[in-house]
Amino acid sequence: MGIKGAFDELYGVSGGKIPRAGFETLARWLENTGGEELRARQGAAEAAFRQLGITFAVYGDDEAAERIIPFDIVPRLFTAPEWSRLSDGLEQRVRALNAFMADIYGDRRILKEGIVPEELIMANSQFCIPMVGHKPPHGIYTHICGIDLVRTGPDEFYILEDNARTPSGVSYMMENREAMIRLCPELFDLLPVRPVDSYMDSLRAMMISVAPPRAGSNPVCVLLTPGRFNSAYYEHSFLADNVGIELVEAADLQVDDDVVWMMTIEGRKRVDVIYRRIDDDYLDPLVFRPDSMLGVPGLMAAYLSGNVTIVNAPGTGISDDKAIYSYMPEIVRFYAGEEAKLPIVQTWRCREPASLKYVLDHMDELVIKLVDGSGGYGMLVGPTATKKQIADFRVALLAQPYRYIAQPTLALSTVPTLVEEGVAPRHVDFRPFVLSGSNGVSIAPGGLTRVALAKGSLVVNSSQGGGTKDSLVLYGSEAR
Amino acid sequence: MLSRTAASLYWLGRYIERAEFTARLVEATVRLDAMSARPAGEGAWASALAVVTAQKSFAAEGQPVSQKSVSQFLTLDAKYPGSVRCCIDAARDNARAVRTALSRDAWESINRAWLGMHRREKAGGTQATLGLVEGLVTEVRAFEGAMHRMLRNEAHWLMRLGMAVERGDNSARLVDVKYHLLLPEGQSVGGPIDRDQWTTILHTVSAVTAYRWLYRDGLKPASVAEMLILRAEMPRSLAASAEEVVLMLNAIGKLTGRQGEADRIARARQLALTRKDISGIIIGGLHEFLAEYVRGNAMLDTAIASQFRFP
Repeated sequence: MGIKGAFDELYGVSGGKIPRAGFETLARWLENTGGEELRARQGAAEAAFRQLGITFAVYGDDEAAERIIPFDIVPRLFTAPEWSRLSDGLEQRVRALNAFMADIYGDRRILKEGIVPEELIMANSQFCIPMVGHKPPHGIYTHICGIDLVRTGPDEFYILEDNARTPSGVSYMMENREAMIRLCPELFDLLPVRPVDSYMDSLRAMMISVAPPRAGSNPVCVLLTPGRFNSAYYEHSFLADNVGIELVEAADLQVDDDVVWMMTIEGRKRVDVIYRRIDDDYLDPLVFRPDSMLGVPGLMAAYLSGNVTIVNAPGTGISDDKAIYSYMPEIVRFYAGEEAKLPIVQTWRCREPASLKYVLDHMDELVIKLVDGSGGYGMLVGPTATKKQIADFRVALLAQPYRYIAQPTLALSTVPTLVEEGVAPRHVDFRPFVLSGSNGVSIAPGGLTRVALAKGSLVVNSSQGGGTKDSLVLYGSEAR
Repeated sequence: MLSRTAASLYWLGRYIERAEFTARLVEATVRLDAMSARPAGEGAWASALAVVTAQKSFAAEGQPVSQKSVSQFLTLDAKYPGSVRCCIDAARDNARAVRTALSRDAWESINRAWLGMHRREKAGGTQATLGLVEGLVTEVRAFEGAMHRMLRNEAHWLMRLGMAVERGDNSARLVDVKYHLLLPEGQSVGGPIDRDQWTTILHTVSAVTAYRWLYRDGLKPASVAEMLILRAEMPRSLAASAEEVVLMLNAIGKLTGRQGEADRIARARQLALTRKDISGIIIGGLHEFLAEYVRGNAMLDTAIASQFRFP
């Protein structure tokens, strides 16, 4: 097995013959268990997910209003040294992101020193004007950050994207692990796997740590969801349930004299921390979109007077903009005073004429993306695109070059995956979740591994037929 | 607890109870119609429609009354809001809105009940229909089991409150319709059809053996009415439902430190039932008594909604 030129995380570049050092146990388990047994277990897992209602709605797809994301039973493994290198890099990056936002909404040193072009920030639709000059409680902007990584070799990890607004997918990290423990218990005897369930405690501790000072030691935290018709509603309810906080909709909240209240059967109760899973645009119709029915009128005023903490802060979208992404090495160097431990993928900014020329000349080799797109939409994968797709995309690109960036197609790493024809390598990416509170930065040992189930495909988005895997992080030689 | 959550839990309880009642009504009617020695025919199905006051909605679909058409209508009709399917849809919808207030087991049983129904197109013949409703009843039992293992907090009490309110309503309608259909002019119960008919009522409220246990002298309409109205040890009686409503409201009141109009109405209703006897009720007019009970239940429902600030 093997996809030409791709690094396999289990077998390296041996073409599926020899497992990499540290991966022998998993390879043996995979061989001994066999495709048929794996298929039976995978079926059981999917039935259980459906029963639990772990569903994901894809917008514009009526038939599949409730669909489960395919779960792959073959896990992905990180050794202790691999993980420690990764988490160092992630922590450095998230600290830099928070410092960056404190700066651009504050003194703007990085703009004054010309490291990031001013118009890129000021003219950016994600730049949240009401946040200018406001210092959020404890100076933290992106409390929960989901950073997408890809890999091309044993030590070659690249950051693909920072999801600094309202990253989703953490419920899959938890539920996939639950399924693996139930269906493949022997694997956890064979391998010293670090548990992921500490995430919920860390999330709760983080929220408490960023509450406004007047809230005392037992702040009232809530999770704000757009409602049960949202595609990620399952995750919202899962998180609220496991953290032990109320799951509220905008209609349950009321702002009175810059204080946020929720309506309960005993009357109203003061709210201190809101983990919001709705976009900035829908937070407060008085400040953002007046036509929105989702928001809480007055919420921004309450926030700006320091009476409530919003997690993540409004305006964090600026830092996961793909044009800003290309400046991340400079941004990390500026705030951390050292080189970025995790590199970014080489990026051409189409807003720059020389880059645009290069991109236009190499469209069939590059991945071209909208700077503010997500979910795999508005994107061209050059090597697999038809001539017509490329021609159409060229028109869009030439019309608004500043809206696009381009990157080389990477030989993404593969992980053995159970597909129609048996166990075969499929491309993956990885999204670990980083929490930042006034109690420090914490990273759950695991994350969401997404896998492109179609042979050779590089698109892992669940809205476009991707699946998920459990991501096992092993204990090191130190005691378990 | 959020008022919106409270409303969803209360309605979740009501819909689950209604789904089970309708399922049992269909099951008992199948028995009456197809399994007794002398089939009762379409009269049995017409009276099943009357119990849930669905004669008009059914007539609007333009189908003749038959086992197939009425079973289909009461179990799977997507337009009739009282069908088992619609009740389960509504129950699941409410459950989804309050996932955090439910235990995993409780949610799973509702979701399984929904998965078992939502793709089903035809109720089918007697065997198939019985299979469908029995499957549903099993999931409702699973839900109740899970509910009883949940934390004893407002969520638990609000669901049980909804179930108790709905249960009293259903029992009252059942007795009302059957009593008048079966006992036109004060006649006593005699022939085999009558016995089958009365057994059907007891089946619907799963009380065949309970009746034999409480009344050793055979089937008598007045005794059946007494059991279903006044005997508090019979879980589906009006008295038991009234008592459960008071208990649940008390439990919630203790936690929130507040009581209100709903508590007052509930206590008055419970007290009134303990002061009645069945002969008095029958002399005063059973139908009038039951109609008054159903009206009182609606008032109670309104008071609950305003007391807990349902949106």
